[in-house]
Amino acid sequence: MTQLQTAPRAGVREQTTPRKKRKRIAGWLFILPFLVVFLAFLVAPLLYAGYLSLWTKGLATGTTFAGFDNYTRAFEDPSFRKGLWFVLRFSLVVIPLQIVVALVAALVLDEVTGRLARFSRLVIFLPYAIPAVLGALMWGFLYSPSFGPIEQIATAFDVRAPFLLSQGNIFYGLLNVVTWQWSGYYMIIIYAALRSIDSSVYEAARIDGASARQIALRIKVPMVSSALVLILIFSLIGTLQFFTEPQILAPIANGSVTPDFTPNIYAFNLAFRYAQFNYASAISFSLGFVVFLAVGIFMFATRKKGSIFT
Amino acid sequence: MTRPRHLWAKLLLLAMVCYFLVPVWWLVVASTKNAEGLFSGKGALWFAGGFHLVDNLRDLFTFNNGEYLRWLGNSALYAFAGGIGCTVVSVLAGYGFAKFRFRGRNLVFAAVLGSVMVPLTALVIPTFVLMSNVGLTDTIWAVILPSLLSPFAVYLMRVYASASVPDELLDAARIDGAGELRTFWQVALPLMRPGVVTVLLLSVVSTWNNFFLPLTMLSSSKLYPLTVGIGLWEQLASSNNGGGQSLWNLIIVGSLVSIVPLIVAFLTLQKYWQGGLAVGSLK
Repeated sequence: MTQLQTAPRAGVREQTTPRKKRKRIAGWLFILPFLVVFLAFLVAPLLYAGYLSLWTKGLATGTTFAGFDNYTRAFEDPSFRKGLWFVLRFSLVVIPLQIVVALVAALVLDEVTGRLARFSRLVIFLPYAIPAVLGALMWGFLYSPSFGPIEQIATAFDVRAPFLLSQGNIFYGLLNVVTWQWSGYYMIIIYAALRSIDSSVYEAARIDGASARQIALRIKVPMVSSALVLILIFSLIGTLQFFTEPQILAPIANGSVTPDFTPNIYAFNLAFRYAQFNYASAISFSLGFVVFLAVGIFMFATRKKGSIFT
Repeated sequence: MTRPRHLWAKLLLLAMVCYFLVPVWWLVVASTKNAEGLFSGKGALWFAGGFHLVDNLRDLFTFNNGEYLRWLGNSALYAFAGGIGCTVVSVLAGYGFAKFRFRGRNLVFAAVLGSVMVPLTALVIPTFVLMSNVGLTDTIWAVILPSLLSPFAVYLMRVYASASVPDELLDAARIDGAGELRTFWQVALPLMRPGVVTVLLLSVVSTWNNFFLPLTMLSSSKLYPLTVGIGLWEQLASSNNGGGQSLWNLIIVGSLVSIVPLIVAFLTLQKYWQGGLAVGSLK
């Protein structure tokens, strides 16, 4: 690179060229390692999944070209539809819940100062540092009728506690686990955005006679709206790929978590229990498509408020 | 007017602290009990008669020829190799995208942003098939290599580099004759330190916490990270209810031990990540 720089060139116009060229090559070199990883572990698997999903493997027939048969099969498959419906329904409840918890916590922490506030901020964030596997496991223990406190407290009052992992209640059991696990992380993002607002804005509002609640709802919330959009997108992508928590709770949930509980669990079981890699790829690809579509629709709907892609 | 300031807000905070601490508190308390205390059917949220934490720890580290320690080591290896690798790759790319104008930059960056929306778990099964074609499944590489990819980290570093590294400073270094690598290393990198620490922390955490990828890629329990290993114990414990009782104790104390390192890391690096996380949400 230094040789390029010292190479003498004639004419004013060419004088800038080697340096520009050097910068251009350097730019590519800086992104090269990422580009290799990106191609190898994102583009290639994506294309390969697309390719795999177009074939079908039968015991008698061998591998034959199936076209879009796997996709028609997937979207007509009651197992896939059931799982997809579950994660969609779950996102519709869990995302607003997480955002409300995170936003309220962040607004309160932005207002209150002192030791309690600092301590609370760390504690609320704490679950983020705990692997989802262990978060799910801990709540599974707390729900447990054999040694969990919920059952014990209920027994003390002579009532029967609901088993939060039963067929009818697992939706709520999981809702609690996920909210507990992620709200703190979202709280920190919102809190950081709140901290970066110039406090003279509040001063001006206060002089105009705005109450603390009005400042919170009319000034603070709109000013962190781009952080909220970011969180919504993350949370949407994460929830639609729901896997770890139900998978971990399955052994102690007495059959509430079926092998087709969520699309990801279904794809995993198809691939590793039944060795149907082609159909599993089609399921993965379909799920990816649904996620992409959902996020796309969402970003289109919120584009005016400013998103991470502006 | 003797009403204390923010009384309701403080009560709300206390309630939240209780909610977020309960599972961890339970874990700490349960770790000190033996099987008898655990299944006694009362006092789940308070200590039982005997204090068995040390016994439990000894059992944990010696069970099945110390496979827990092995898993702990594996988790550390995957988290550091994957996390550091991911950070290096992402910081270089973020800096490249932010500070150089080259043909195709916007196109490539648009692809990177678009890929933030691709659910990474949808790639796990095809990646498994690709890896098994080249014989890499059930090796440490099957877990480490895919962990290097984080389009979001690249996005974060691009935003961070644009905001914290002034072009004039880079130009000054270049005029002084520094090569691009040296300019990056000595001028840009020190300015980007909080962003780098944030990305490092985030990627170490996500590799340490990863479950789906190692579960899919690894079949020999010698290579398992903690998350998959504890999941395996849980399956064993719940499939044989009678003999599983002692294993539940190990799972509980094992969970406690495995959440300690990350909590310590977050507490000690507080200053960095709290500032760094803000960056992603500002744009």
